[in-house]
Amino acid sequence: MDTFLQQLINGISQGSAYALIALGYTMVYGVLRLINFAHGDVYMFGAFMGYYLANSHWIRSNLGTSAASAVLIMVGAMALSAVLGILIEKFAYRPGRSVTRFTLAFWLGILGAGAGQLAGATFASVAAGASVGILVGIIVEQAGLRPVKQNSRLALLIIAIGVSLFLENGGQQVFGADPKFFPEIIPTHALNAGPIHIDSQKLIVLGMSIVLMLLLNVIVNYTKTGKAMRAVSFNLDAAKLMGINTDRIIAFTFALGSALAAAGGILVSLLYPRIDPLMGVMPGLKAFVAAVLGGIGNITGAMVGGLILGMAEVMAVGYGQSTYRDAIAFIILVLILLLKPSGIMGKGMNEKV
Amino acid sequence: MGILDVRNCTKTFGGLVAVNDLNLSLNPGELYGLIGPNGAGKTTIFNLITGVYTPDDGLIELDGKPIQRLKPSTIARLGMSRTFQNIRLFQTMTVLENVKLARQMHMKQSLFDAVIRTHHLKEEEDEIEHDSLDLLKIFNLDKRAYELALSLPYGSQRRLEIARALATHPKVLLLDEPAAGMNPQEAIELMHLIKRSRDEFHITVLLVEHNMKVVMGVCEKIQVIDYGETIAVGTPKEIQDNPKVVEAYLGGA
Amino acid sequence: MKRWAFGLVALAVLAGLEASLRGLIGAYNYQVLILVGINIILAVSLNLINGFTGQFSIGHAGFYAVGAYTSASLVYYGGPGFRALTSFLPNMAQNAVLLLLGLLAAAIVAAIAGLAVGIPSLRLRGDYLAIVTLGFGEIIRVLILNINALGGSRGFSGIPQLSNFFWVYFFVLITIAAVHNLVNSSYGRALISIRDDEIAAEAMGVDTTRLKVMSFVISSMFAGIAGGLFGHFTMYLHPNSFLFTTSFNLIIMIVVGGLGSIEGSILGAVLVTVTLEAFRGFGAFRLVNFSVLLVLIMLYRPQGLMGSWTPFKMKQRAAAAK
Repeated sequence: MDTFLQQLINGISQGSAYALIALGYTMVYGVLRLINFAHGDVYMFGAFMGYYLANSHWIRSNLGTSAASAVLIMVGAMALSAVLGILIEKFAYRPGRSVTRFTLAFWLGILGAGAGQLAGATFASVAAGASVGILVGIIVEQAGLRPVKQNSRLALLIIAIGVSLFLENGGQQVFGADPKFFPEIIPTHALNAGPIHIDSQKLIVLGMSIVLMLLLNVIVNYTKTGKAMRAVSFNLDAAKLMGINTDRIIAFTFALGSALAAAGGILVSLLYPRIDPLMGVMPGLKAFVAAVLGGIGNITGAMVGGLILGMAEVMAVGYGQSTYRDAIAFIILVLILLLKPSGIMGKGMNEKV
Repeated sequence: MGILDVRNCTKTFGGLVAVNDLNLSLNPGELYGLIGPNGAGKTTIFNLITGVYTPDDGLIELDGKPIQRLKPSTIARLGMSRTFQNIRLFQTMTVLENVKLARQMHMKQSLFDAVIRTHHLKEEEDEIEHDSLDLLKIFNLDKRAYELALSLPYGSQRRLEIARALATHPKVLLLDEPAAGMNPQEAIELMHLIKRSRDEFHITVLLVEHNMKVVMGVCEKIQVIDYGETIAVGTPKEIQDNPKVVEAYLGGA
Repeated sequence: MKRWAFGLVALAVLAGLEASLRGLIGAYNYQVLILVGINIILAVSLNLINGFTGQFSIGHAGFYAVGAYTSASLVYYGGPGFRALTSFLPNMAQNAVLLLLGLLAAAIVAAIAGLAVGIPSLRLRGDYLAIVTLGFGEIIRVLILNINALGGSRGFSGIPQLSNFFWVYFFVLITIAAVHNLVNSSYGRALISIRDDEIAAEAMGVDTTRLKVMSFVISSMFAGIAGGLFGHFTMYLHPNSFLFTTSFNLIIMIVVGGLGSIEGSILGAVLVTVTLEAFRGFGAFRLVNFSVLLVLIMLYRPQGLMGSWTPFKMKQRAAAAK
């Protein structure tokens, strides 16, 4: 019996990690009808930002391991990831939708920075490379090269794949491909309540996830911005006509989703401190499955889907074959898409002839 | 029994009854019109006949054969062809290729023929090309055969869609608002085209249209639909004089 | 008549190259050429379903894997028995027959897998279809990972090396010819009509379901052949060679080369494979470049280098054309 309860708690904490990432998927899909493949990699980015912050001189000397430093690290990582989310939205997904200047400059600048880092891993070489790239980008854009206006979900999916690959490989180049270990920023306590044996870490993960989800709920349902988000997800054009600055709302949605993914990254790193640039791939895909399972576009659905998937995986590993663990998510995905693509809480949509 | 018989067809979407106990009968060679206010259910009827929707109730027969449960492609192969309200040409294909696609429907190229490029395939391809060009000539589109279908002016695109539909050698041709967006001159040319097509290709035509001049000028028999139900059937003169029809279009709530 | 002559000349050229290439350009470059050939087969076959039929699949690696493992197991487990039975044949002939049998099995099993994946999936549209194919590709990989007879997580080693430049490029030519002929027939027109407007295609008598499944099966069949050729060259297989990153690399190849263009797929395959190899010293940066290239191409030139189609909403293109 205690194994079952143990597994239950494992499943819930795994599930809440998936849920946090799934929320970002579902919100972005809601406003843009885009499957942001790159989202899992933002989770990875958040974990790494947390890692660098935790290891930074300032935090270590001033705050050490304490609740305060943990909160600061988390908030810092979330903020940095929010910025990443905004940049991705602006320079990868927006140019096909509305005019976005400096798109080429952004991407060429990044390539230039990467080249600079390869040439000599100093700040100067990176900056030089980036500047060359940005300059070329601006010149070519001035000469008339503009992104093609397009709005197809399929094209966005392909771009998302590109961004995802970019973040993964960029992460390998910048952070190094070998794994790093997240420092312990909150000391672990083993808690015993009768037959149950839990880490305090798992409770913290659970608790923080709940707090964040409640916060999200408040933002989406009780603020003006949240209302605007919901309007945009119903009908982008109508929202525009109502005077909503849809570009800004979409950027905000990305920021929010990315922050949540980063939080997920840090929380998971508390439990499993090993981080590497490819750590977001599987969780990203699985969180996507969770979002689809719950009904993509539906926020409560993402939470429900995440929990179900977490439970299913833990149960499968605990009572069945562990090598099939990864397949569980994909089997669920295939089944849901074939049987009820709108998910547990979604509604179907049909094409007009 | 006509060439196309719709008997007691009903179609509901959620709570909305789009088509209610509808009867419609086409005799071979007829030019038949289907008119009614917007939202009356005309396109739904088209979609039922062509197999895009399945009726909840009732029977649809093409030349005596029941078709209400068949796929659109099967119904097309049995001799039903159509054009669309919003022109649906194949945009990456040329004018000629659009027609060839329709013309090839009755061809029997096997996969083996295609991959190995047998003599049989080359013969059929020549025949398809030849016939398609002939058809384009009739519709005065042969000079633009190798241009992208999308590059044609609007009126020509509509003509092309009709030519393409005729390339399948149909028994019944359904035209969904072919005069939409046409100026009076183009509409007159369209009327001639429809009549000529019926005469030369020996087909039956069912026409949905809002342009009354075209309807009254082309159709030999007209059925008026409102709220998914028939309110009148008759010759153009009878329909024009029918008070219920006038009321459906102009009066009432 | 002309065609047979051309075919014989091609075979002679290939045989000549096979005999001399290793000496001319070295073992490493020879290997790169093999990889290029295999990727051409994969890219051209993927383009059939993605570019010509407009049904976007990102699980091609799954069929590649199925083919590789099928051929490898047939030859590994059945090879000795076959060699015993046909000891009167010279070794080279035995190898050739074994390879062809293996590839035949690979093609058939991959085609069946294509059928199994295609039939349920092809009711879905656009990005949902893409995701389902990704899911299937991963399921196939995990299944293979769990079959011990196929090596499991240790990998499948000891596969006889039966394929070489001659065989790989023999099948490259066959694939290109077959897809080219298919596309320039009534089948090709039908597939393109499905891509352009599925509803109009149905109305013009095109059995869209049957044709979509057909192109999916043909496409997976060639992927299976590519897999067989791959396994019999590298002599070792591991499920990690068939991750979805492999599928994504193929997507990069056909998007960069141009969807809906056979020449484009060939070009894309050559470009991406050669560049990845040539810049091996640059590590992850090569892939950073390719991922950014994918994004930039989709933003600035979605039809790729030589393509004729883009996964746009058609209405927008029409508006742009006017």
